[in-house]
Amino acid sequence: MAQVTFEKIRKVYPDGTVAVKELSLEIPDGELMVFVGPSGCGKTTALRMVAGLEQISGGEIRIGDEVVNNLPPRERDIAMVFQNYALYPHKSVYENLSFPLKLRKMEKSEIDRRVQRIAQILELEEQLPRRPRQLSGGQRQRVAMGRAMIREPQVYLMDEPLSNLDAKLRTQMRAEIGLLHKEIGVTTIYVTHDQVEAMTLGERVAVMRKGELQQVASPQELYTHPANLFVAGFIGSPAMNFFEGKIEVVDDGLMVAFGDGQRLRVDDAERDFAPVLAGTAGASVIVGVRPEHLEDAALIPETPSDRRLRGLVRLRELLGSEMVVHFEVEAAPVMTAETREIAADVDASTLTELDHMRSNRRTSFVGRFGVATQAVEGTVAEIAVSAGSLRFFDPSTGARITT
Amino acid sequence: MRKSRDQARVRTVEGSPFHVGRLLRWVVVIVWLAFLIVPLYWVAVASIKPQEDLLTSPPVWWPDNPTSIHFDQALNKFNGWKGLKNSLLIAFTTTIFAVIIGTAAAYSMARFRTGGKHLSFWFLSQRILPPIAIVIPIFLLFSRYSEEWFGIRLIDTQAGLIMLYTVFALPFTVWMMYAYFRQMPVELEEAALVDGCSRIQALVKIAWPLAAPGVISAAAFAFIFAWTEFLFAVVLARTEAVTLPVALAGMVTSFQGNLYGEASALTMVSLIPSLMLGILVQRHLVRGLTLGAVRG
Repeated sequence: MAQVTFEKIRKVYPDGTVAVKELSLEIPDGELMVFVGPSGCGKTTALRMVAGLEQISGGEIRIGDEVVNNLPPRERDIAMVFQNYALYPHKSVYENLSFPLKLRKMEKSEIDRRVQRIAQILELEEQLPRRPRQLSGGQRQRVAMGRAMIREPQVYLMDEPLSNLDAKLRTQMRAEIGLLHKEIGVTTIYVTHDQVEAMTLGERVAVMRKGELQQVASPQELYTHPANLFVAGFIGSPAMNFFEGKIEVVDDGLMVAFGDGQRLRVDDAERDFAPVLAGTAGASVIVGVRPEHLEDAALIPETPSDRRLRGLVRLRELLGSEMVVHFEVEAAPVMTAETREIAADVDASTLTELDHMRSNRRTSFVGRFGVATQAVEGTVAEIAVSAGSLRFFDPSTGARITT
Repeated sequence: MRKSRDQARVRTVEGSPFHVGRLLRWVVVIVWLAFLIVPLYWVAVASIKPQEDLLTSPPVWWPDNPTSIHFDQALNKFNGWKGLKNSLLIAFTTTIFAVIIGTAAAYSMARFRTGGKHLSFWFLSQRILPPIAIVIPIFLLFSRYSEEWFGIRLIDTQAGLIMLYTVFALPFTVWMMYAYFRQMPVELEEAALVDGCSRIQALVKIAWPLAAPGVISAAAFAFIFAWTEFLFAVVLARTEAVTLPVALAGMVTSFQGNLYGEASALTMVSLIPSLMLGILVQRHLVRGLTLGAVRG
């Protein structure tokens, strides 16, 4: 077991593409660190540099105290799970599992003992004589996990190990990986583009974008105090709602004004998170609020009038436990590189919609309402904004306005 | 399932209860096979016909008293044994060189992008050149300059032909193996590296076994090419390095008249390795070929 240190790591491909710029990060011994970000953000490249499958253009990677920059993969004492599993098709499950041990010239009886034990943990005993192509997707995934686990390495590297599984199996395997990590406690770097996976698995999560580290923090911290617009929009599903507003100083505090003269009070908690907010009075800011912090005001009548906004209800999606309501608010939508990238990550049509909204100066909101909501499609509803839920971002840098 | 659908289609489209489509298919297949098999049958029978049955009209379809004299004559009296030995030696050695060099080159191109994007096609494009275009320079090189410049005699030697055939067989071998390595997920070798292999071990333990079907197809092609090559052999091999095709051709045109029986016998002998190879690699050949076709 060992800690993994990235020190000013850079990766530049021969064609000049910068995949990773100046990544500095320390992963303490035994931690499960998740790298998350949209495709092309450099997360997989960073992982492959730890594995030794990618040359490091600059900086230093250390496993334990040893600089591994120039060590071949086999001397780094790591194990890796690949996205496509990379099981050896010409070897049986038994041979796949025992391959790393055989290469280390381990004794036959010990190999056999370990293979049987891993097979038992992963419920693969009956599959041992089979070839990978005879296995189901879930079984293949488990063999890939087993081949990594069998060697008891210092560090596990997992490159989107669940992305080829269907949704149900993915949830199940996600939980299994979480449990296994708790049991074994080996330092693990887990790469995914799925923010739900990142949030549920990671002890800490590193959000990356275009080769740059955006924020490293616990999932809760990322969710509550995102460092910038990108992290705020990327973490959480459905994504945080953003709109343009203007800070106004009133006698007893701050208000944020937007669109057709609507105003929301900035409450004490929100001001505590952003003490310098008052200084931005008059300038426009980007306001973010999560769908779960919006509610049909009719369901909470005690909501003060200055914590309500009006929106035209467009669509109701009943999910059983909640009602996802899409509505439009008279406010300028936010169109920055970050929000465009997040939208493009969801799908291209969201982008067109965003452009369309911009020209109409309306912003599409999503709220997670109680199922009792009486909001009717096509009518204007009053929406309550929960206390302490507004986040403010600098429109020029995208950074959250803090101190 | 398939059958019933065919029937249904014939009935509705043709409006006829006969299986016209299937009948037609059989006719085509039989005519096609006749073109392939009748000449082969002719040669096979001619190789065991006594001399007097060879040129009769109407032809003798099956001799009353088959003989093995043609085989004996062809192998012992004319250049048969020599040609067979030379051909086996040249074809086998060529195959081994072509496969080893070709696989290594293809692997390097597929994994390390050696030579950039277009090198593999450049290799293949050499096959577009009509071989006859270079017969004369090659002949001069082999007969005169190799000795003058390098002190090596290449004309009429097995080594000379092996060298030449390896060069000719390489483009196809490289191209085929390149397609093979390209479709093999690179993660397999990466997994091997992480699991504890050196680069060479990853190649030997993982890439090589997985490429085996491709290697076998490539080997079969190299062998068949070297086994059947005639043009360069007839120009470059006069007495010592004569190959089977050259020996065979020598019989038809020799001053003793056309030795149809002996030629047929030697043809039968020359078919044996091809046939054995065909049976042996049939399964891999199809896969190797389709891979090349789709992934080239």
